[in-house]
Amino acid sequence: MPILELAGLRKSFGPHLVLDDVSLSVEQGEVVAIVGRSGSGKSTLLRCINGLEKLDGGTITFAGRPLPSGGAALRETRKQIGIVFQNYNLFPHHTVERNITLGPTIAKGVSQAEAMALAQAVLKQVDLEDKRQAYPAQLSGGQQQRVAVARALAMEPRLMLFDEITSALDPELVGEVVAALERLAESGMTMVLVTHEMGFARHAADTLVFMHQGRIWEKGRPREMFASPRTAEFETFVRAILRPHD
Amino acid sequence: MTREFEWPEFVYLVSALRWTFLLSAVAFLGGGLMGFVTALARSSGLPALRWPAAIYIGLFQGTPLLMQLFLVFYGLAVLTGIRIDPWPAAVLAFTLYSGAFLGEIWRGAIEAVPRTQWEAAETLALTRFAQLQHVILPQAFRIAIPPTVGFLVQLIKGTSVASIIGFVELARAGTLIVNVTFQPTVVYPVVALLYFCVCWPLSLLAFRLERKIDADIGTRRTA
Repeated sequence: MPILELAGLRKSFGPHLVLDDVSLSVEQGEVVAIVGRSGSGKSTLLRCINGLEKLDGGTITFAGRPLPSGGAALRETRKQIGIVFQNYNLFPHHTVERNITLGPTIAKGVSQAEAMALAQAVLKQVDLEDKRQAYPAQLSGGQQQRVAVARALAMEPRLMLFDEITSALDPELVGEVVAALERLAESGMTMVLVTHEMGFARHAADTLVFMHQGRIWEKGRPREMFASPRTAEFETFVRAILRPHD
Repeated sequence: MTREFEWPEFVYLVSALRWTFLLSAVAFLGGGLMGFVTALARSSGLPALRWPAAIYIGLFQGTPLLMQLFLVFYGLAVLTGIRIDPWPAAVLAFTLYSGAFLGEIWRGAIEAVPRTQWEAAETLALTRFAQLQHVILPQAFRIAIPPTVGFLVQLIKGTSVASIIGFVELARAGTLIVNVTFQPTVVYPVVALLYFCVCWPLSLLAFRLERKIDADIGTRRTA
């Protein structure tokens, strides 16, 4: 049974249809990379999966149950779905440690001591054990983003969502965040990423999804898709993305 | 009998300052409480809470303080048939006035916290109350300090209006001294100087805090 099942999702902003009949299923432990031009609906799709945006149609099933639309039921589900944002969105007035322990202690009722041990463990995962007492402003963008990853992990989610988490970073800081993602993927975490990191999508993702005009235009194994695009749109996209690097 | 403006008169003025302070303090605390509730109601998702708060703020920001004072002092007397003393009338009017202004200042502070902070807290499965308590209000509080101190200065000076309904605070005390000394050109400058001695340090403090918080936010952005 897939852990996440999207069926016929539709979503409009005003007259603009941003999600048009999107269906996708994600298995436990699967790493799905979603790529596409800006405005193709990738981020909206991610935000719908954890209830930050309301759907206009279709169903989202998480762990065998329909995603609740709000209230305590949605909060319960969110404990199992972590999300990391493009602009980190750390809490600037809290230390790194408090950023991480806030969710577990307040939302899940984990004891302070347990939460601190948890913080230590997730910071180790992102290689930032020495930054527990730092404030976000004292960290580089790459470090802040890794703290954001750690914060989401501390909730011990069954599914992690990543919304273009390297897009706001200086190029030299992208590597450390991608490395953290790779370690996470290897650990067996179920991940759905919206990303511009084609390198990561190519070798760390199990499934590649190309979105275009609010639809899933093409989907498959990354290597095969990159090697032989089936649609003209994906081919154009790949060329536009890869040419500057090659 | 005409008196000179001398030491005892000066002491009288200074001692009247305590009523200015007391009225300011009570109105600031009461208004702070009302303002807090109003700010929360204004930033609530529920229209049934948002609208009454908006009407309250609009009403008190859109009318002169003097009229509010008259309405409380005379209006309540007409409505209830009970003559209300200047002190409770002044407390009530200034509390309502402060509540509206502080409510608006603090609503602005809450809204100045980026939406993404709400989202980040929401995705950590925090309740709306916990989002406010742990994420939004601590940040809004820092933003709100300078304009709040700034409003306190306005409030202290504004309490002089209470002299109109016969409440004896600094401004009223000044008028009383003028009535016996016939030296308005001496007495009122002294009164003004006393206000200045209280308000100027507070204004300075508000300015300092503003610069400090701007600097803090600046380091956060660039980091």
